[in-house]
Amino acid sequence: MIAFLAQTLRIAMPYLFASAGGVVSERAGLIGLTLEGYMLIAAFCAALGSYFGGNPWLGVLAGIGGGAAAGLLYGLCCIRYRANQVVVGIAINLFAIGITRFLLRLTFGSSSNSPRLPGFIESGTGFSALARNPLVWLGVLALPLVGWMLYRTPFGLRMRAVGEHPAAALSVGVPVHRIRWLAVALSGALAGLGGAYLALDQHQFTDQMTAGRGFIALAATIFGRWDPVRVALACLLFAAAETLQIQLQGAQLVPSQFVEMIPYLLTIIALAGVVARAVPPAALGKVNE
Amino acid sequence: MKRLKLEEAILPPVVALLVALLVGDVLILSFGQSPAAVYRQLLEGTWGNAYGFGQVLYKATTLTFTGLSVALALRAGLFNIGAESQLAAGGFAAAIVGLALPVGLPALLVLPLYVLAAGLAGAVVGGIPGLLKARFGAHEVITTIMLNFIVLALLNYLISTRFKVHDTLHTAEIKSGALPRLSDFAAPFHGSAANTVLVLALFVAAASWWFLFRTRAGFELRAVGLQPPAAENAGVNVPGTWWRAMALAGMIAGIGGLNYVLGYKHYYEEGFSAGAGFLGIAVALVGRSHPVGVVIAAVLFATLSQGGLAVNALVPKQMVDVLQAVVIISMATAVPEVRRVLREAGSAKREARTAWPPPRSPLPASRFPQ
Repeated sequence: MIAFLAQTLRIAMPYLFASAGGVVSERAGLIGLTLEGYMLIAAFCAALGSYFGGNPWLGVLAGIGGGAAAGLLYGLCCIRYRANQVVVGIAINLFAIGITRFLLRLTFGSSSNSPRLPGFIESGTGFSALARNPLVWLGVLALPLVGWMLYRTPFGLRMRAVGEHPAAALSVGVPVHRIRWLAVALSGALAGLGGAYLALDQHQFTDQMTAGRGFIALAATIFGRWDPVRVALACLLFAAAETLQIQLQGAQLVPSQFVEMIPYLLTIIALAGVVARAVPPAALGKVNE
Repeated sequence: MKRLKLEEAILPPVVALLVALLVGDVLILSFGQSPAAVYRQLLEGTWGNAYGFGQVLYKATTLTFTGLSVALALRAGLFNIGAESQLAAGGFAAAIVGLALPVGLPALLVLPLYVLAAGLAGAVVGGIPGLLKARFGAHEVITTIMLNFIVLALLNYLISTRFKVHDTLHTAEIKSGALPRLSDFAAPFHGSAANTVLVLALFVAAASWWFLFRTRAGFELRAVGLQPPAAENAGVNVPGTWWRAMALAGMIAGIGGLNYVLGYKHYYEEGFSAGAGFLGIAVALVGRSHPVGVVIAAVLFATLSQGGLAVNALVPKQMVDVLQAVVIISMATAVPEVRRVLREAGSAKREARTAWPPPRSPLPASRFPQ
């Protein structure tokens, strides 16, 4: 049971970071389709930082920087130039796959993975090993901190206003564009931490290592109805299902493909609103004039 | 309905291609190669010989289907991100029908059956998000993305537990109604995957044009895409149009699965769609959601894809993945910006025309002798 909880937490970690980024981005009115791309770019940057710097903390910093830079690219297209968020979001994900593969060949001369990187913990999977990884503590705190920011600070209040009704926010003097720029950078940095966690936890960067985790984080953001506490619970739920599937692999009770579907099915059901309808921020995806 | 001004339609793709060329230069130089040599190699490996050109045609065929699928949904104001799984579902359904058919029936006799199966499977996968949007208002972007994962996992399950040939991830070969390749008519195409599904793709493009611009249903679909409340006031059933447009988009993407299953390998293989559904978004965007533009854009993106393989000896082929993404990003960014710049220029001109006293003539004074 303890092992189960520890593994759940470990699997949930990238989701917790990335969906914290998802909440920030979507609450400010920018669709979180880019989380996958942020994570992948950040994972690669973290690998670069940790490998060439010889210190995992440099990897973390590089991951944050890479994620935030990707977020700013999204902001440049969709805030400054008012491009369509869905199109740019999909394209940033394609860009992330292409550029990390290209740079993997360029810097490490490999088309599949980087050499072994220095990480925070060398071995072990239990709680004691997790507790020695400072990123785990940060990951546990990410969503509560985002929640505190959204509901307890003036900045969070403004951010929610920008996501619900930008025109009204503008009329009372909220700098809508500046808040959105901050939101995409913060969202990229948070998702970037998730990417850095992945690369450092596995001690290497591998091609497409995020493997759809950004979309699971987006699913958690929506399934948790954009509320940090609920989103954190959604992340843990999705991670628990995955852990259960891994531990029951021998038993062959449910095919793994059906377990994979759980987050996506739940999200569709939540959006269709059969039980409690998930209503997105009103200005999500809309271009502010 | 107002047509796009020519410059408003042409400028963004030109800008996007220029930006992509620039980024390409940087990437090529970073690998210590000469951009001119790489681009020459890219063109020679695609349009310079019959095999390369055949591969371009093959890839363009699939992209035409997925591009038309996305474009049709876009015309109704909807984003179909699900072309990837619609394509896979269509190919899978065709393969299953093919396995059930008796051996050796002529292609022309069974082709309608294949089109029906692939189209129906795609229409179901596309129609579900359409219905969820029409009935519950669930955003089609999220539901199509989520459905991609669900459908691909389901197909993976079916293939790996029931239909695969031992030690592979594909079904057995279908023995009935395989379509001829282009190399059967023209020997130089030998080895390339181009096949007669190409004709079907052009036919579907023409049919899409006719549907969009010459039928009442197509007019209603475009009206819903431009201004749903106005369309509703004019008596159009908006939710109904939504789900029909999504089902139609799914059908077109599903039929695209035939290119691989019926024209090339003659079996369904796990992962054959390989991103063609996502590139369909790029194709629809660069093609300005017009069937003619979609066909041209499909050839462009197919050239880039095949070109990546042609230059792989000089620079990593992943360079073209980056370039394709750059084309999409700069295209999406250039469209609203070009529109804004042109509008501002237009209104400045209008002001100049109506201002009194009129501004000095910009023509040289010498043309008006005193």
